[in-house]
Amino acid sequence: MKELGAEELLAMYRTMVLARRLEERLCELFAEGKIPGWIHSRIGQEAVGTAACACVTADDYVVPYTNRAFHVARGVDLKLLVAEIFGKTTGYCKGLAGEAHVAALDHKLLGMSGIVGGQMPIAVGLGYATKVKGKGEVVLCNLGDGASSQGCCHESLNMASVWDLPVVFVCDNNLYAEFTPQREQMNIEDISVRAQAYGIPGETVDGNDVLAVYEAVARAVERARAGKGPTLIEAKTYRWRGHFEGDPTRYRDPGELEEWKARDPIPRFAEKLRQMNILDDKKAEEVEKDVAAKVAEAIEFALEGPSPSRHDILSASVYA
Amino acid sequence: MASVNVRWAINSALKEEMERDERVFLAGEDLGKAGGIFGVTRGLYEQFGEWRVKDTPLSEAAIAGLAVGAAAAGLRPVIEIMFDDFITIAMDQICNQAAKMRYLYGENFKLPIVVRTLCGTGFRAGSHHSQSLEAWFIHTAGLKVVMPSNAYDAKGLLKAAIRDDNPVIYMEHKSLFPYKSDVPDEDYIVPLGVADVKRIGEDVTVVATGLMVQKALAAADKLAEEGISIEVVDPRTLSPLDEDTILDSIRKTGRLVVVHEAVKPCGFGAEVAAIAAEKAIEYLEAAVKRVTAPFTPIPFGPAEDYYTPQEEDIIEAVRETMG
Repeated sequence: MKELGAEELLAMYRTMVLARRLEERLCELFAEGKIPGWIHSRIGQEAVGTAACACVTADDYVVPYTNRAFHVARGVDLKLLVAEIFGKTTGYCKGLAGEAHVAALDHKLLGMSGIVGGQMPIAVGLGYATKVKGKGEVVLCNLGDGASSQGCCHESLNMASVWDLPVVFVCDNNLYAEFTPQREQMNIEDISVRAQAYGIPGETVDGNDVLAVYEAVARAVERARAGKGPTLIEAKTYRWRGHFEGDPTRYRDPGELEEWKARDPIPRFAEKLRQMNILDDKKAEEVEKDVAAKVAEAIEFALEGPSPSRHDILSASVYA
Repeated sequence: MASVNVRWAINSALKEEMERDERVFLAGEDLGKAGGIFGVTRGLYEQFGEWRVKDTPLSEAAIAGLAVGAAAAGLRPVIEIMFDDFITIAMDQICNQAAKMRYLYGENFKLPIVVRTLCGTGFRAGSHHSQSLEAWFIHTAGLKVVMPSNAYDAKGLLKAAIRDDNPVIYMEHKSLFPYKSDVPDEDYIVPLGVADVKRIGEDVTVVATGLMVQKALAAADKLAEEGISIEVVDPRTLSPLDEDTILDSIRKTGRLVVVHEAVKPCGFGAEVAAIAAEKAIEYLEAAVKRVTAPFTPIPFGPAEDYYTPQEEDIIEAVRETMG
């Protein structure tokens, strides 16, 4: 596994901050009525997406779910991403996909599904193609704890396992599938034990420790590249906001949110980097300024863009 | 030119397309080492090997998703959902994922998928192995649907479907496998979206699909003895539909009977009848008739013969339009 140098560690920190600040602004703008449809914010889960994407290269595939840190960490064009979330024609998908289906094909990021778990069989298909091509490319597939109850999740893990497909499944277990707590969804404590049912490695990690997630995913990516098949990684984490913006989160145990905020992955990592003398006040401030500028630029680009017209939606290509 | 049956026609289409394009691969349950439960894919595993003729676990959703992902990554999957009754398990991947991806991802993205699936009665296998579910896929923007009625069309349509850059549902009527017709030795395709007049006639347009084309042709001979000349139009591609061929025929005959094995409500026949009403009402001299299965699940065993539309039903409907 590649040792992370100071530059790489700082870049991961910056990515987490970028993902966080972007989400904060998106939530504000949604509350102001500037974003159509709905948005699903995963503030608190930045470490999972950041670490996982740091383990793969531009030649690999990333199949995301609601944790937008995957999109941000993948390095997609923030302007095009945000414009798509706003449903503007200047977005990655001309405003037709929105938050739930946005794909950045030039970054091999695709397959996000509005049907929970629907992305997993697609990841299996991508893994089949990469295996057949034989270039050692892998597929990173994100899912939530909710998806691990879906039938196609099990079909996907099983199929990937029996064919040794190079798919690394990274499950954000944020303890709630929409409004339903984990204990009411499944009989098990750790989703990673489901890996045993498929004869593949399963690992549970602290999803709010970016380096712990990195190490686990990097090992899994190595296994996949070596032709040793899939892995299921469960990252225990927590979302600070509702499943969607507007969700009053009446289902949370009292005090739970505060407990998890105390384990915020960003200051935890900042503290580690300070101890390593990679981060100081000046650098941290630089990161915040740089991130704020990037976020502002993306939002301005999104706000400026037009929404699709009747002609746009009717003329978009349905058939090749 | 050789007289071959539908089973052989499908097999040779798959073989030739896999020889022609190394990106084409098959996946499905028991289609590799066993050559398929009806022998349709016999010999292909031996020729092309396990990664181009893949025996899958019993997982229709994953099989369909396998096609979506593999096609997105540049391969050309031809998957099999053994019986179209099982396709219900794969509906998300086919109708929500595959069908919509190009619209969402843009015109530079394509998903060249073929879903081969058995449909229809004849096997006496009952309610979960005999349905004709094409209407669900005609009703889904982003999919194409083809249903051959004979060996020539079966081979040509399958080749065209494999070369098409869209998700295509290829319906194989299980009772058509033994039907023979002349098939060229050289490469040919039957273009998608083009209907075929299987028998020229003057009095009544009979639009029929799949096995019903064969029954309509048999009915045509009997009707000719009564002095009634029917024109049998085989759409071949149900979506996109060649409306012009159907409308030209209606303008000539002034009478329309649609025959399909699927149930009547919102069936393919409803679509043809609506098109006739929208675009050729002034030519219709009689009410449109639809000959379909009854609106029930399919019974087990020989009783399914009461379910499947028969020649007599077609003859009866034609006579009724003649007044």
